[in-house]
Amino acid sequence: MAQHSRKGAQFQAVTANRLLDGIVVYLTKNNDWSESLQDAEVAEGKEQADALLARGVLFFEPENLVLDVYLFEVEKTDAGIRASSVREIIRQAGPTVRKDLGKQAELDGVHA
Amino acid sequence: MYRYDEFDQQLVNERVEQFRGQVARRLAGELSEDEFKMSRLMNGVYLQLHSYMLRIAIPYGTLSSRQMRKLADISRKYDKGYGHFTTRQNLQLNWPALKDIPDLLAELASVEMHCIQTSGNCIRNTTSDHHAGACPGEIEDPRVICEVIRQWSTFHPEFSFLPRKFKIAVSATEHDRAAIRVHDIGIQILKNAAGEIGYEVWAGGGLGRTPIIGKKVGDFVPREDLLAFLESVLRVYNMFGRRDNLYKSRIKILVHEVGVDEIRRQVAAEFKEVKARGTLQLPEEEVDRIRKYFASPAFEALSDDVPEIDAAAARDKGFADWLKSNISAHKQPGYTIVNVSLKPVGLTPGDCSADQMDAVADIADKYAFSEIRVAHEQNLCLAHVRRKDLYEVYSALKAAGLGTPNIGLITDQIACPGLDYCNLANARSIVIAQRLSERFQDIELQQKIGRLHLNTSGCINACGHHHVGHIGILGVDKKGVEYYQVTIGGAADETAAVGDIVGPAFTEGEIVDAIDTIVKIYLDLRQGDEIFIETYRRVGVQPFKDKLYAAH
Repeated sequence: MAQHSRKGAQFQAVTANRLLDGIVVYLTKNNDWSESLQDAEVAEGKEQADALLARGVLFFEPENLVLDVYLFEVEKTDAGIRASSVREIIRQAGPTVRKDLGKQAELDGVHA
Repeated sequence: MYRYDEFDQQLVNERVEQFRGQVARRLAGELSEDEFKMSRLMNGVYLQLHSYMLRIAIPYGTLSSRQMRKLADISRKYDKGYGHFTTRQNLQLNWPALKDIPDLLAELASVEMHCIQTSGNCIRNTTSDHHAGACPGEIEDPRVICEVIRQWSTFHPEFSFLPRKFKIAVSATEHDRAAIRVHDIGIQILKNAAGEIGYEVWAGGGLGRTPIIGKKVGDFVPREDLLAFLESVLRVYNMFGRRDNLYKSRIKILVHEVGVDEIRRQVAAEFKEVKARGTLQLPEEEVDRIRKYFASPAFEALSDDVPEIDAAAARDKGFADWLKSNISAHKQPGYTIVNVSLKPVGLTPGDCSADQMDAVADIADKYAFSEIRVAHEQNLCLAHVRRKDLYEVYSALKAAGLGTPNIGLITDQIACPGLDYCNLANARSIVIAQRLSERFQDIELQQKIGRLHLNTSGCINACGHHHVGHIGILGVDKKGVEYYQVTIGGAADETAAVGDIVGPAFTEGEIVDAIDTIVKIYLDLRQGDEIFIETYRRVGVQPFKDKLYAAH
């Protein structure tokens, strides 16, 4: 399982890629997957994070809906949930290039 | 160009249907990801940051206009209308959905294309000189032997589960445009005093986290024995290559650990056995059959002297700049090789839109015998163009956004997809290449700097060939923040060398200025017409270190 968070991270969310098309998705409070990070359930502390991940992994096996399920660190800001690492910001908002298309063209204010 | 026979076509068609079944079973949950992963990788399907990625094989970088149009079609239909040409002369699509890939592969098969040998621990798509069959001084068209290797290596049962991937490149001229010394096997085609053709074989070259220049393991392998010799090298690697440690699993580590003399001995022993069996002796008539597919097109008797081109260059500076850098000498009088830059200022190195693919196909049909090449520097090439057509070709390329006059110059950069797309990357490389191309966009400045290969990788796997750039940039991650380490003095040609690290890494905000400083130091130090690498080899790394870190 990929490791993209850090020990001691306060807030974490669970992400994966959808099996059918590979698109980045986030585990929501409704136990569903959303393409928007703003819909993600945010876990606080290790215990909540482990529980969230355990819930997410079920959608890999046996549910077979997603793959590469893992926790990553987020911050709660006035503008909403924000991924902490460059990698996860790029996964959330698309490449920082070709800003004429895809979600990088649609999501304002994520890429500087 | 090589055309499939019934066996080739059947093989590819059957493979598509086999994969269609595997995808259906995966989506139905009948195959686990672990069970499916090997199948998808063996069909060129990766999972990247945002989506699946499909790597399409372009054997030895040669494409017909018909195939290019199909690539344009599928990148519109199944992707976002563009593709990315890679350092292995392949094309990557960044956004295909798994459910669509079987249909996409079926469309590729209809034009004799596939994704076989673009992933997995097998012998990968063999690469070669993009000027093959066109440049002067060539011993023979290297694509003939590349095609022989393709047929031998495709689904080779013994070499489908090697310790790690295995890449072969072939060059047939003294000047190596195929980077053969940084491949698992590099083949240099030679001719001896008796006029016989043979193959110098280099093994154990590679980039990645342990960059090593290949060692010579075969001095002059006769043509009939080439496959037997390659089989022997592969057997030694398959037996003794490390399977216990991913980072030590390439043949370069084996050659380095046991030494080239011992490898030569082991290969010789294996070769004796393989040759005794006789089954891998390459029949000359088969080589002749394949050679016919690569025969030169019907050239006209023309002169190199074309006054109207000189006149056009005199009135159109853009054309004059393009002639200076994007044209290479051709073996046939009156013809030239046109190198098509995929490095416009501020855009992604190697990216090509579907409309541009169609435009190149049209230009190739009209002016270049319907043939297109992909260069490992992530550019395209029209191998046979009449000199008298150059202005029309330039104008058509320019109209398609493909007229950038920078081949071999500092803005003709190699860059891997990096953290913008790649699941393995630690840092972005495309944006760095874009900012550098903006910094150095002044064409007079580029021409003054002269030939300079500037390569960027977004992680230690070195897909951007940073180790062998005259200047190389390696993106690294420090606690979630991107930093960039600089090497200088690398080379990928017949003088292959791994660059030296200049010192501590730079931040994203500093890296463009750091490269600018290195270029200025070179311009101050250079003598006469020296290019960057010549100055570097004369003065060494120290003057660069001193001024670079004094300035930062």
